[in-house]
Amino acid sequence: MMKMWKLAAMSTVAIGMLATSFTTAYAGTAKTASVSGKTIGFADSTLTNPYFVALQKGVDSEAKKYGLKVINDNANNDDSTQLNQVEDLIQQHVSVILLNPVDSQSLSSAVKAANSAGIPVITLDRSVNSGKVATFIASDSVLAGKMAAQELIKALHGKGTVVELQGILGESAEIDREQGFDKEIATAPGIKVVAKQSANFDRATAMNVMQNILQAHPTINGVFAQNDEMALGALEAIQQAGKKNIKVVGIDGEQEAINDVNKGTMYADIAQQPTEEGVLGIDYAVKLLKGQKIPSKVNSPLHLVTKGSKFKGF
Amino acid sequence: MDWVRKYRLGPLIGFVILFIVLSILSSQFLTFDNLRNVALQTTVNALLSVGMTFVILTSGIDLSVGSTLALSSAIAAQLMVSHVNVALACIVGVVIGGLAGALNGLLVSYGNLAPFIVTLGTQQLFRGLTEVYTQGMPIYNLPTSFTDFGTGTVLGIPIPVILAAIMFIAGWIVLRKTVIGRKIYALGGNLKVAHLAGIKVKRYLVWVYVACGVLAALGGLVLTARLGSAESTAGTGYELNAITAVVLGGTSLLGGEGSVIGTLIGALILGVIDDGLNLLNVNSFWQDAVTGLIILIAILLDRKKSR
Repeated sequence: MMKMWKLAAMSTVAIGMLATSFTTAYAGTAKTASVSGKTIGFADSTLTNPYFVALQKGVDSEAKKYGLKVINDNANNDDSTQLNQVEDLIQQHVSVILLNPVDSQSLSSAVKAANSAGIPVITLDRSVNSGKVATFIASDSVLAGKMAAQELIKALHGKGTVVELQGILGESAEIDREQGFDKEIATAPGIKVVAKQSANFDRATAMNVMQNILQAHPTINGVFAQNDEMALGALEAIQQAGKKNIKVVGIDGEQEAINDVNKGTMYADIAQQPTEEGVLGIDYAVKLLKGQKIPSKVNSPLHLVTKGSKFKGF
Repeated sequence: MDWVRKYRLGPLIGFVILFIVLSILSSQFLTFDNLRNVALQTTVNALLSVGMTFVILTSGIDLSVGSTLALSSAIAAQLMVSHVNVALACIVGVVIGGLAGALNGLLVSYGNLAPFIVTLGTQQLFRGLTEVYTQGMPIYNLPTSFTDFGTGTVLGIPIPVILAAIMFIAGWIVLRKTVIGRKIYALGGNLKVAHLAGIKVKRYLVWVYVACGVLAALGGLVLTARLGSAESTAGTGYELNAITAVVLGGTSLLGGEGSVIGTLIGALILGVIDDGLNLLNVNSFWQDAVTGLIILIAILLDRKKSR
């Protein structure tokens, strides 16, 4: 049995990877025999954001289950770095590329390069504008914005003034979350969005912006922050201003925000599940390797977190 | 207009005009609470720009301050959550900042390398070390004895503002009233001449960068205390804010000319712009353009007056 293993591994991977097949074979089971030892390239956009750290954790842990080897790349949010990294992955003849693109436009050429090398690409969290993608795994940002609006409407019983903190203008998450939120909040005629300002998805910026907004609108009732980092910055500003009863809703599912929801300082969080997203990435990569058909879009689940929920963030 | 030139009043005039315009446009601008917010929000950039003024006066530049801020505050915060004494953790943070500055200074002076390149490299190095150290995760649940330092007030004035004020006064005294200050100006004038004049050029340069690193670490402690958490991305791009404040304040990028008072006004101009744009709920898409325009007008104003 062990010999068959090694033979299978040798025929599919480069000689340099032989060493890994020994270790992975040890962890493998008969069920995963067909993919064990293969290499997946994972090009992550950044590791300075907990979300993408969790994404990588999901990829790594699930890959281990299947005995897959993962080459992790971190592009530090730079598109040309990522382009080079994807080209390197192609050179190394990885079996599947998981791509969390820094930029939807500029990484299209990386996907096309993989296409012509015959290596399938799965995009995670964000996708690309052109090139052939085997499947795109992400949570629905428009839906997340909509759910956040529903929570605020519920929290304020359909009446009051709210503030919207926008992310980095032009990023797809910002555009989609805003679209979902704005459309849904408009269905509550008693709720007025009195200020809409960008805080670049950044906590420190959000704290300052929120402080300033509280000067202009001292009696607001709710805040929608397009991500948790900004929600946490806004909470800090609200607490320091001594304000009570301002309902804050964020998106992402960061552990720190979940803690605040459970403490009652934050009203609700629309949690994405990046670890789950990474796990799905590997699962669908394995399906591809086994020659199975996969859908072109996979929705990673969203989770509404309210006080007392047992949900664990990232 | 000679007196405007003599006393370098360009930046101040720009600031006053901006102040008056915002007071007219927004009824909330000219309130004690709001002005206190502006002062508080300016402290981090103010601390960074005092150090940056020193460096730029020697005709250098320090692009690594944002990363130094992140590295020193991450280490201090991690020590705090590991139950190390808060004061000790802060001191370690400041020492880390000083060491980071010393590395810059040594490479610039004894290594004889261009400050732009050196600090571009250390910017990446320090940011990378921060990422490795934090693994990209925020460090939170900091002790209240520390966060109180970011949110507390003395006689209604926020503690960080008092800290920044002390640093400005110290910077002003060093530059204007001491031999060291005169030598720093001389360094920016002409390194060779300064050397011939018997100034220990290299040693002074190292200490200037150490001071810049220490101030960046202090800025990091203020930011962390205000936020209640340290993040690996903290301070990204702050070097440009600091350089902008210094230049807005009339300090020459060629060195040898300028003052910390100008820098203070420059930092306040930036703080007031951010605050005003939020108060007026200016469309987010327009904010960068408006900020850029105001900065250009302020610089033009200074140039015209001082010609």
